[in-house]
Amino acid sequence: MIELMQGPHVPLVFAAVAAFCVTVYVLADGLDLGVGILFLAAPRDADRDAMMASIEPVWDANETWLVMGGTLLIAAFPAGYYVLLPAFYLPIMFMLFALIFRGIAFEFRLQATRFRFLWDIAFFAGSLLATLCQGLILGGLIGGVPMQDGMFSGGPFSFFSLLGLLCGVGLVGGYALIGAGWLIWKTVGATQVFAREIAHAALILTAVMMALVSLWSAITVPEVAARWFALPNLLMLAPVPLATLAILAAIWRGIWDGAEPRTFVLSLVVFALGLVGLVVSLWPYVVPRHVTVWDGAADPQTLAFIAVGLAIILPVVLAYQAHAYWVFRGKAAPHAGYGGETAPHGGYGGRAAPHGGHGGKAVPHGGYGGEAAGSAHP
Amino acid sequence: MDAVELARAQFAFTIGFHILWPTLSIGLAWFCTLLSFLWWRTGKPVYHDLLRFWMRLFALSFGMGVITGIVLSYEIGTNWAGFSRSVSNVLGPMFMYETLTAFFLEAGFIGIMLFGEGRVSKGMHLFSCLMVSSGALFSATWIIAANSWMQTPAGAVADADGIFHVTDWWQAIFTASFPYRLAHMVCASFLTGAFVVAGVSAFHIWRRQHLVASRAAFSMAMWLALVLAPTQIALGDLHGRNTLEHQPVKLAAMEGLWDTTRGPAMTVIAWPDMAEQKNLYALDIPHLASLYLTHSWDGEVAGLKTVPPADQPNVPVVFFAFRIMVGIGLALLATAVTGLVLRLRGRLFHARWFHLLAMGTTPLGFLGVLAGWTVTEAGRQPWIIYGHLRTAEAVAPVTAGAVTTSLLIFFAVYNLLLLSFLWFAGRTALKGPADTSLPTRERPGLDRTNVGLSAASATASASFSSSSPAAGTLEQAGA
Ligand code: HDD
Ligand code: HEM
Ligand code: HEM
Repeated sequence: MIELMQGPHVPLVFAAVAAFCVTVYVLADGLDLGVGILFLAAPRDADRDAMMASIEPVWDANETWLVMGGTLLIAAFPAGYYVLLPAFYLPIMFMLFALIFRGIAFEFRLQATRFRFLWDIAFFAGSLLATLCQGLILGGLIGGVPMQDGMFSGGPFSFFSLLGLLCGVGLVGGYALIGAGWLIWKTVGATQVFAREIAHAALILTAVMMALVSLWSAITVPEVAARWFALPNLLMLAPVPLATLAILAAIWRGIWDGAEPRTFVLSLVVFALGLVGLVVSLWPYVVPRHVTVWDGAADPQTLAFIAVGLAIILPVVLAYQAHAYWVFRGKAAPHAGYGGETAPHGGYGGRAAPHGGHGGKAVPHGGYGGEAAGSAHP
Repeated sequence: MDAVELARAQFAFTIGFHILWPTLSIGLAWFCTLLSFLWWRTGKPVYHDLLRFWMRLFALSFGMGVITGIVLSYEIGTNWAGFSRSVSNVLGPMFMYETLTAFFLEAGFIGIMLFGEGRVSKGMHLFSCLMVSSGALFSATWIIAANSWMQTPAGAVADADGIFHVTDWWQAIFTASFPYRLAHMVCASFLTGAFVVAGVSAFHIWRRQHLVASRAAFSMAMWLALVLAPTQIALGDLHGRNTLEHQPVKLAAMEGLWDTTRGPAMTVIAWPDMAEQKNLYALDIPHLASLYLTHSWDGEVAGLKTVPPADQPNVPVVFFAFRIMVGIGLALLATAVTGLVLRLRGRLFHARWFHLLAMGTTPLGFLGVLAGWTVTEAGRQPWIIYGHLRTAEAVAPVTAGAVTTSLLIFFAVYNLLLLSFLWFAGRTALKGPADTSLPTRERPGLDRTNVGLSAASATASASFSSSSPAAGTLEQAGA
């Protein structure tokens, strides 16, 4: 086993797994952060109910991928972990606060009556802040972090850059697009109309910011420009931006009359292409332009040890989550008279409970309240 | 405070907050498994009512555990970069396995456990409970393995740069203090869970509501406590003797023992003065410490002065935290024994003062856990990897200002989190379990839940549980 883990290809495999986890996180949490970003823009309270109901079964599991990414980083690429995390101390902390806050708002809103709008605002603000922080981290990563003697050597604000801000706004647009696509797919009636309308705005924002980010990083980060514009590369890499353009156009044309899942699926593809572009810009570094995946990888005996668990558990987890999405594949129904305390913890039910009985419609927690009533009033 | 102290304060605060929830969810997960088992075996409705009720509280505490755990997994990097750099080859996989196991059980069985009941067979429900509770245990096992390696490192060597490389995974995971720490921590979770169940049930018995279910739960919890309290003390004794062997300075701080002594006395209480390097106002019992530490009248025990003051932990913190933990252990044992005496006299469900007492013991398990971890962690100082890496070298290159900001926000956000938990869990707990079995025990007239029974039973005998105002709203909300 350990011998297996010694070749130069091994860090590549782990880098692929890590990239995979990050991708799943961005795509999955992107959809529910996106719904949060659109939350206040929705015209009616009923829309907001429908929006929450649509992400309720999945949002919690989506965030678990964030933990997976973090622990995989410390186990497989420790250098990335102990250099990058201090480098992005403030945005990481604020992202965590925002995610916590958003989680509380999620639970509270369902129970609150009088101060509901406060929880609406908290849910929106938490989603927005988390997204902006992720953008700042992304921009800082492309720009590179200062490093000396194997440790991060900058100050608390050296993560900050214009590029990061641009990335932040771009992510807001992109997540909003994914969220709108999700809502088009998952909701009906006025909510769906709202989602279609806002999808246009989100799409424009995404397209503009993608262009700006690419341009600005080409101008300010010479290494990135060199990577893209050197000659054989330019031709080989050209399909990435071209495909992105084509898909953006396809989204635009399909928002009103395409098949319902189309906007959602295509916006995921746009994101995936964006991530490919990112990998192209940063390859082969764990800490951009300081530590490569080969220098930053953990010991072979450590990699061997984690490979076992990853190979067994990751496929199972993926299968479960795919199954949960499948179970909730229909339209989401907002709860009629949500039984507050009878269903204490929203997220978990949805994740894995195959609510087979609901005929494919996502009806978060019909179960608890309904059954309690059933046994009490036979 | 400098950056190291701030980082320590932040880590202590966030992990001290985190540990409360796994403690509760490990305890309650196994209690739910027990209830699911009893429901499967006997089919008695009371177990079903209890299962529903306690699963709700379990779900809430599990959610809190996840939210606060995410923070920790990032803090190891953001605040302890020197530490991560040095040990990630060893501890990284253990952290990863903790997440993977938690992830695995969450994705898999917790949904069936919480929401599948009634849809899946009783046997399947029991199986899901078992998977969830074992998963929580596995999760704890990995993290305790990581912590134990920091206390008693083995199976790895440090290179010239101070980076550890594993030579033997088996040794790195099963370190000298690991079995003791794991057993003591798991037992602490069970014990805490038992007293939470006892306290909540005692509240309802005291209010004379939901009597059938609450009495059943109270009785079970008191039996469990009777077994677990002495077990915990025995495990603590074994743990302490393991510490004597591997971390003698920590043990000396726990005992408040300054000089290496033959047949040391037990110091019941004192003020350990670090400047003077001696105890003030000490109350000693001769030779007792020698008896329980070395099991002999004149065993030799090393004192704090075997290392220079700079290498000593903060003695008063360790000393008092240890006394709080042991005091709580003894108090819980006394409560359990009192419960047995009352039970033998047939007064367990009627001695109202005892129900008040049981309510008072509910937070003690949590305090015991916090005190215990304080002993473990503060007693290890100034080392973060005992004997290898000092805490001051483990900190991340982050400024004091940044840490202060995050610490203050953590403080605010976690208090909000705690309040919202207490609000939701408190409402659920005070509402109590549905009580759908007919009162079979003595003195049903005392049960407020059944006040409306005679009228209601004429029409639907099974609906009496909703005649209590609290239960009524619960049922209607769900309907
Ligand atoms: C990774 C393993 C790990 C685990 C499982 C724990 N700790 Fe810890 N703890 C650390 C890793 C650590 C640490 C990172 O190593 C710290 C930071 C500074 C230090 O000395 O150790 C620490 C410090 C630390 C301190 C400050 C000690 C001092 O300043 O003297 C306290 C009070 C606690 N912890 C409390 C806890 C509690 C209540 C835990 C229960 C869950 C706990 N720790 C588990
Ligand atoms: C440095 C210390 C710790 C870190 C980094 C940490 C990290 C985490 C993380 C990230 C989660 C959430 C996993 C998920 O997404 O589901 C979690 C949950 C959990 N943790 Fe910790 N943890 C630490 C300490 C502990 C300790 C000391 C224990 C127990 C003795 C513990 C027991 C658990 C359990 C049982 C869960 C499952 C969720 C629950 O039951 O609440 N953890 N932890
Ligand atoms: C008379 C009873 C007890 C004795 C003699 C005892 C002994 C000990 C000792 C010696 C340690 C420190 C081990 C070390 O790191 O060197 C410890 C730690 C700890 N204790 Fe206790 N203990 C007792 C009761 C309790 C109770 C009642 C609880 C909680 C309900 C508890 C929870 C803990 C925890 C969570 C730790 C830290 C984890 C660990 O190192 O195992 N203990 N105990």
